[in-house]
Amino acid sequence: MEFLQDPFMQRALLAAVLVGVTAPAVGIHLVQRRQALMGDGIGHVALTGVGLGFLLSTNPVWMATLVAVVGSVAMELIRAYGRTRGDIALAMLFYGGMAGGVMLMNLSGTGSNANLTSYLFGSLSTVSDEDVVAICLLAGFVLLVTVGLRRQLFAISQDEEFARVTGLPVRALNLLVAVTAAVTVTVAMRVVGLLLVSALMVVPVAAAQQVTRSFAVTFVVAVAIGVAVTLAGTVTTYYQDVPPGATIVLLAIAVFVLFTALATPLARRRSRAVEAAAGAAGTECDVDVPATRRPAGDAAV
Amino acid sequence: MESVAEPVISVRGARATLGSRPVLRGVDLTVGRGEVVALLGANGSGKSTAVRSVIGQVPLTGGSVSLFGTELRRFRAWSRVGYVPQRTTATSGVPATVREVVASGRLSRTRLGWPSRGDRAAVRRAIELVGLADRSRDSVSALSGGQHQRVLIARALAAEPELLIMDEPMAGVDLASQEILAGTLREQVAAGTTVLLVLHELGPLEPLIDRAVVLRDGCVVHDGPPPRAVGQHALPGHDHVHPHAADEPLRTGLLS
Repeated sequence: MEFLQDPFMQRALLAAVLVGVTAPAVGIHLVQRRQALMGDGIGHVALTGVGLGFLLSTNPVWMATLVAVVGSVAMELIRAYGRTRGDIALAMLFYGGMAGGVMLMNLSGTGSNANLTSYLFGSLSTVSDEDVVAICLLAGFVLLVTVGLRRQLFAISQDEEFARVTGLPVRALNLLVAVTAAVTVTVAMRVVGLLLVSALMVVPVAAAQQVTRSFAVTFVVAVAIGVAVTLAGTVTTYYQDVPPGATIVLLAIAVFVLFTALATPLARRRSRAVEAAAGAAGTECDVDVPATRRPAGDAAV
Repeated sequence: MESVAEPVISVRGARATLGSRPVLRGVDLTVGRGEVVALLGANGSGKSTAVRSVIGQVPLTGGSVSLFGTELRRFRAWSRVGYVPQRTTATSGVPATVREVVASGRLSRTRLGWPSRGDRAAVRRAIELVGLADRSRDSVSALSGGQHQRVLIARALAAEPELLIMDEPMAGVDLASQEILAGTLREQVAAGTTVLLVLHELGPLEPLIDRAVVLRDGCVVHDGPPPRAVGQHALPGHDHVHPHAADEPLRTGLLS
């Protein structure tokens, strides 16, 4: 466990754990409302924030957070109020964000291509103390929202119209999900990079739901997978010179493949257990169907 | 009739458009406490739009709606209303158990707070009412169409509402499940719950229904006792071909 002595590594591991927890915690709500690629879009927009941060010589993490929040709120408003061609508007936002980031970073003196790459694909060795503080604060906010309001967020993602009729502040909660997703993207940015953020939001959830039946268990398993792959990926980069973001995402996909392979035998075992229980209780296959109409034998052929 | 008591739902001259097409053209609808009212009509007659306007999900271009004597815009007591939307499934992008879906109906009482022991008991009762107690830990994706509909009804019942609004609760539900749903509804009505439901045909719910309101092209064309036995097949403009209801059984000779 020599890597624990290294202050670089300590910071990297802390950041990795926080990303492993927060990304699937938000991602599950996006997957539930079938907006799995929203994280990807926010990642593109956040790049403009990074470029702006370099240009104005402020902390890129905070500037990326600000721009990503504005972008995700815009996306949510387009989703909620947009009538036709909402996808075109979103595409403009995504590619505009990407292009804006590259442009701004080139305009600024400090931003180099190497810097751009570290934000796009993640670079643990450049995580500073300042970044760690920012990541901790943002992760705290994300956890507060996703765990504290999980029932309400479940309801609005499950059936938005029904949630409105229960009197929940659906519009405010939708915006809160968008803001939380934006914050998560910037939390994960330094570890897995903007281009791979969405993978860590979606893949652990997709893997978990191969073997789970409830939302609560999916949540816990997804977070566990998230923490496991981010830690494993980070430790791997200590011993091998591999990019952390790509390592983490490939590990997550490996877990997904493993869980998918496990899903069929698991389902078979469960159905056998149910059958055994039904057999023990003496349940038969016959159920009385109320007869309402007698067959008439006077059909003309 | 109890309908002379304070109206639970009062719709006056409701007008609504979807796109540029007028869907409601001056609909009046009053539902008294304890009444069971069925909204009937052919496809596209405005039944669904009418119930969705009652719960504020369709903006009105004219007229007014009030619930429990409060104008809809100022109405906040949503826990008094249980809504069953027109859905064929209760699933979403992530697995969820029957209990989790039903529990979301209780949020009209817990709001942004945490559920108490009483809330959990109410959720359990609602699941028992629709006869799914043994499936409460199962994923909703493992249920049949009729069971999905029962989950959606349990979700509405979880808040213990005084008014149930249901949009085609029998759509795509087999006869055995229809009987269970009718039984659940009978208990609710006996306990004094007011019900407004959209139906395509009366079916096993017929004995429960006090009054039928028939819509055609966004106008009320009948408001009174349900057209017994014939259901909406006798209504003007009905062009729905029912596979079992033909007067003379038709056999093609291919299979019989």
